[in-house]
Amino acid sequence: MRSYVPAYELQEPRNLLDALERMAREPGEWRPFAGGTDLMVLLEAGKLVQRKFLSIWKLPELSGITVAPANVNLNALTTYSEIRGHELLAREFPLLCRAAAETGSIATQNRGTLGGNIANASPAADSPPVLLVYDAELELVSASGVRWVPYHGFWNGYKKIAMRNDELIRTIRLPRQRKFSKQFYRKVGTRRAQAISKVCFAGAARMDAGRIVDIRIALGSVAPTVFRASESEKILRGEKPTPATLRAAQDILSREISPIDDIRSTARYRLRVAQNLLAEFCESLQS
Amino acid sequence: MPKAARKIRVNCKINGKAFSLEAYPMARLLDVLREQAGLTGTKEGCGEGECGACSIELDGLLVNSCLVPAVQADGAKIRTIEGVANASELSAVQQAFLTHGGAQCGICTPGMILAARNLLSRNAQPTETEIREALSGNLCRCTGYTKIFESVLEACRAQRVRS
Repeated sequence: MRSYVPAYELQEPRNLLDALERMAREPGEWRPFAGGTDLMVLLEAGKLVQRKFLSIWKLPELSGITVAPANVNLNALTTYSEIRGHELLAREFPLLCRAAAETGSIATQNRGTLGGNIANASPAADSPPVLLVYDAELELVSASGVRWVPYHGFWNGYKKIAMRNDELIRTIRLPRQRKFSKQFYRKVGTRRAQAISKVCFAGAARMDAGRIVDIRIALGSVAPTVFRASESEKILRGEKPTPATLRAAQDILSREISPIDDIRSTARYRLRVAQNLLAEFCESLQS
Repeated sequence: MPKAARKIRVNCKINGKAFSLEAYPMARLLDVLREQAGLTGTKEGCGEGECGACSIELDGLLVNSCLVPAVQADGAKIRTIEGVANASELSAVQQAFLTHGGAQCGICTPGMILAARNLLSRNAQPTETEIREALSGNLCRCTGYTKIFESVLEACRAQRVRS
């Protein structure tokens, strides 16, 4: 049942500092609200528990993409459409553009933000596996200061992130120096467009003389959080992607992920598809 | 449940005309358009951003109006289905939907036309893949999509001839 709209406050702070000060003065009382593509769905379903929000959508301090020699900084309100249309991202971080293109529809991509996707912390989100593969770091700001944290490990469980309730995500930083010669992304959903994933897989590797020198593998929808498959990576690092190595990695992968039965899929299907996607990725490393 | 919020003023331009509307800040733009501005052409389908029936243009971008809170429409330029035709002349997309049977029950049609119009405003000569992608957020339960797709192809052709 739809929520009772007059019960919800949504105010526009004057600027970023004003937003941070209000969040510091009344901790937990005010939560940020960006493009609304997740929160408005909860409102419609009568499941929006929080009552007071600060609309940060129009804050210029949180918008835009800047490119520095060592990294690319995406401010939190960067939309999927902006990501898709960015030439340097398409060249150097193609998986992020792929993930953005696979998120919802064009209407969703015009309003959904990268910061919102991280803060919403759904294990089924499409861009977080890519952020793990690219070793993203997050800049968290509050009235009392700034801190940088690696995105890997930025959660404490299902839909819980390691962030104080007076903090905002300001920037997502992607380091540019790491060079991957092979990159792979595949989202498996009920249909090609506008689906929430059953399994989402992002992988990247650096190859040298047929050997995997460096590798990153991350998945969505197979664990309570988005998941970096570190143990599977260990099996593959330093090896040639032979069928025997692949089988060993698939075996480890099945033990490190923990897919469940839910409204979108079954644990069994997700496990099989995750292993198949690992095979598809490894086969792409041979060429 | 107690009220927490006061109604706010939402000053915006809809289809080129200035509006000053009163709404709760979290009210869905979809409801504000239909109930405050009296523009009932925009339809509600799913109410959760899946079906695209409520598609409008907000500052030139295609959005689902069921997912936009009223406060964020303040200062915006909005186009709804009522603002697609030029005075008495239908747009190329509307004309093509009529000619090719792109509309059946009509619920998805305003959103489909906005999505198609938005694509053509960004990309005058889209590929077939680009057309399919541009319409992928809009669901239709009547036509099987073929006639809608053909309508948009025809609108592209008509637009080329005109320009």
